[in-house]
Amino acid sequence: MPDVTSESTKLRPWTGDRAPASWGLGDGQAIPWEYAPAPESREIVRLKERYGLFIDGREVQASDGAVFPTVNPATEDKLADVARATPADVDRAIRAAGRAQKRRWGSLPGRERAKYLFRIARLLQERSREFAVLETMDSGKPIKESRDVDVPLAAAHFWYYAGWADKLEYAFPGRVARPLGVAAQVIPWNFPLLMLSWKIAPALAAGNTVVLKPASTTPLSALLFADVCRQADLPPGVVNIVPGPAQIGMHLVSSPSVQKVAFTGSTEVGKLIHKATAGTDKAITLELGGKAANIVFEDAALDQAVEGIVNGIYFNQGEVCCAGSRLLAQESIVEPLVEKLKDRLATMRVGDPLDKNTDVGAINSRQQLEKITELVEAGVAEGADIYQPPCDLPDRGWFFRPTLFTNVAQSHRIAKEEIFGPVLSVLTFRTPDEAIEKANNTPYGLSAGVWTEKGSRILAMVRRLKAGVVWANTFNRFDPTSPFGGYKESGFGREGGMHGLHAYVRLEDR
Amino acid sequence: MATNGRTPARAGRARAVARPVAPAPRIEVRKTYKLYIGGAFPRTESGRTYLVSAADGAPVANACRGSRKDLRDAVRAARKAFPGWADRTAMNRGQVLYRVAELMEGRRDQFVAEVAQAEGLRADRARAVVDRAIDRWVWYAGWADKIAQVLGSSNPVAADYFNFTIPEPTGVVGIVAPETSSLLGLVSRLAPPVVAGNAVVVLASEARPLPAITLTEVLATSDVPGGVVNVITGLRQELVPVLAGHVDVDTIDVWGVDDAARRETELLATDNVKRIVRRPAGVSDARFDWLDDRAAERPEWIAAYLEMKTVWHPIGV
Repeated sequence: MPDVTSESTKLRPWTGDRAPASWGLGDGQAIPWEYAPAPESREIVRLKERYGLFIDGREVQASDGAVFPTVNPATEDKLADVARATPADVDRAIRAAGRAQKRRWGSLPGRERAKYLFRIARLLQERSREFAVLETMDSGKPIKESRDVDVPLAAAHFWYYAGWADKLEYAFPGRVARPLGVAAQVIPWNFPLLMLSWKIAPALAAGNTVVLKPASTTPLSALLFADVCRQADLPPGVVNIVPGPAQIGMHLVSSPSVQKVAFTGSTEVGKLIHKATAGTDKAITLELGGKAANIVFEDAALDQAVEGIVNGIYFNQGEVCCAGSRLLAQESIVEPLVEKLKDRLATMRVGDPLDKNTDVGAINSRQQLEKITELVEAGVAEGADIYQPPCDLPDRGWFFRPTLFTNVAQSHRIAKEEIFGPVLSVLTFRTPDEAIEKANNTPYGLSAGVWTEKGSRILAMVRRLKAGVVWANTFNRFDPTSPFGGYKESGFGREGGMHGLHAYVRLEDR
Repeated sequence: MATNGRTPARAGRARAVARPVAPAPRIEVRKTYKLYIGGAFPRTESGRTYLVSAADGAPVANACRGSRKDLRDAVRAARKAFPGWADRTAMNRGQVLYRVAELMEGRRDQFVAEVAQAEGLRADRARAVVDRAIDRWVWYAGWADKIAQVLGSSNPVAADYFNFTIPEPTGVVGIVAPETSSLLGLVSRLAPPVVAGNAVVVLASEARPLPAITLTEVLATSDVPGGVVNVITGLRQELVPVLAGHVDVDTIDVWGVDDAARRETELLATDNVKRIVRRPAGVSDARFDWLDDRAAERPEWIAAYLEMKTVWHPIGV
């Protein structure tokens, strides 16, 4: 386990299950309750020993028979073996998608496409608990998040775009929206099913077919989704799923037989994918990294802001591209705000993702845990002050304590680099100008937060923040009707809403 | 004295037969074609020029062979001008761009002559091209205060939040202008990012750069703030890679890049996740019909230079 944990205990003595003074129980009083475990049953998920690829409506093994294990990050136990697609398998999937697009899906009337998408939305709702449990087992995210956020939003996404399938002419007045063809889609491991829905729903609504590569650490919900496609009687080849390593994703997006590339993931990989499309006529959208500023003014409702800050950075273990990883607090309130944050952190439950009380689950992979640990160590080494609440971590699995840094300078790595973990860096500002200067001082531009009770100030900040999503007096809200995507090196194109359709159509004159 | 063409005074006292002196032809004042950077007209810092010929091969002028440094200066000027231009009210931007059309109208004959010379067009055809270029400014100028209503949205999220999406300009845009259509093609590619509120750096047509420079003289005397449009003339081979690789350029329009060089150009552009705006698949620069309003007047051409910003706020008392 990371060394930084012991580092933090030096800075703040271990208090075990003692209440912070501000709880009014008397300083150092034992917390007069304890949580009983509330585990969600795994019974609803029937794991197979081995999962195949999903190509042309059938589950098939990889052409070379190779498999890779997928692991539960909370226990490090293998969940299943998954077929590892070869380049030949990907080519086969692309051909299947091309055939399906030309012969069937592309010419199917929009109102019929819509009904398939509505079916998928309904099936996701019907099987929501199964998806939530599987998602939590494969990714490490808390069950209350997969149950209340990931799966309902994924279903809602299909629902929303289903309705667009036969109304495209109203989305693009004066133009005829034609499908692009086959969409090559590569998605990350932080919201496996939700990112799948963001990719597949608008693509299908507009008449495209897809070949999707899920992340290699979280392939299971995508493969369960293949089962939903079968249950929906979706024509074969409309959706193809090819798990595998990063090279398989590159092979997919580089294929001359795909007309659209959509990627969500790191800026580093995004640039490689962008290069793979250079000089082609492929349409491309990229949703990449972020280093969002969450700006709290002195007149903000502090208790609400604390909830928003916590949701902003500790939601999904901070493994969120739009996470509010830089807290910019106005100097006059930084002390009470940090005190409240520390109090709040002391109440967070870190541990078994399947426990319904868990707030912070497991880090998705050992590799990611190492990256978080390295950056947190850099934060300590560069002179920032670390705080981690006292809490027990499970003996097995990849976990990291919610972490808060104060006295952070803009030049520190923890203030510049995307950590993708439960690590908050607190910086300060005096004037709105300084807040804007610091907030925009990053190559990223995905999201930002503003907390103030003054309406005109919100709008002034909104106008000046270089970010694709601005949450005012809230954070980390998502909705299928709400466009999402970045400025600058956080990528281009939008997902969600009417704008999300634009990425999947070619506009012709009427 | 004798050159004024009037009959000499006091002719009676002069020699018996006064021979009227033929007026000498007026020597025209020729123009040095320069770059346009930050609202000024500098020569290239490199001191280099290249010979520009008319369509019939006759030499016309020595245009600046702009350098890497000129281009970087232009990007800096654009970055500096961007916030002020983006912050103008939409109506004001529309009026400023409409004024460009007004001023072009006043120099219509000059543009007709230059376009005819550069592109080898007959006078009536050149006139049609210039008229259309003027009208195209008017068409795009009118979008300034409408595009946000067409592209923006209010989003009915499934919770108690007010949620809306508004377009904002991306920033600094590099334009590799059409090589063939020196004025109308340029205006059609330039107006969309400018009306959207971006600041631009244009690489003018290499073989036909002069109408672009004359256009900058119009821009300089209109109300378009200095630095919002910058124009560099020179060799594509030298300048396109610099523009594509410049990390302070947010978007590049590769319309004028020929197909053979496009991949290399776009590879350079990916280093800072530039937005790349391309010719539609299968469309050639040389054969594109810029006179076709349906083809060249498109709100989606403006949209290519806009970012969508979505804002959430809770609803409550």
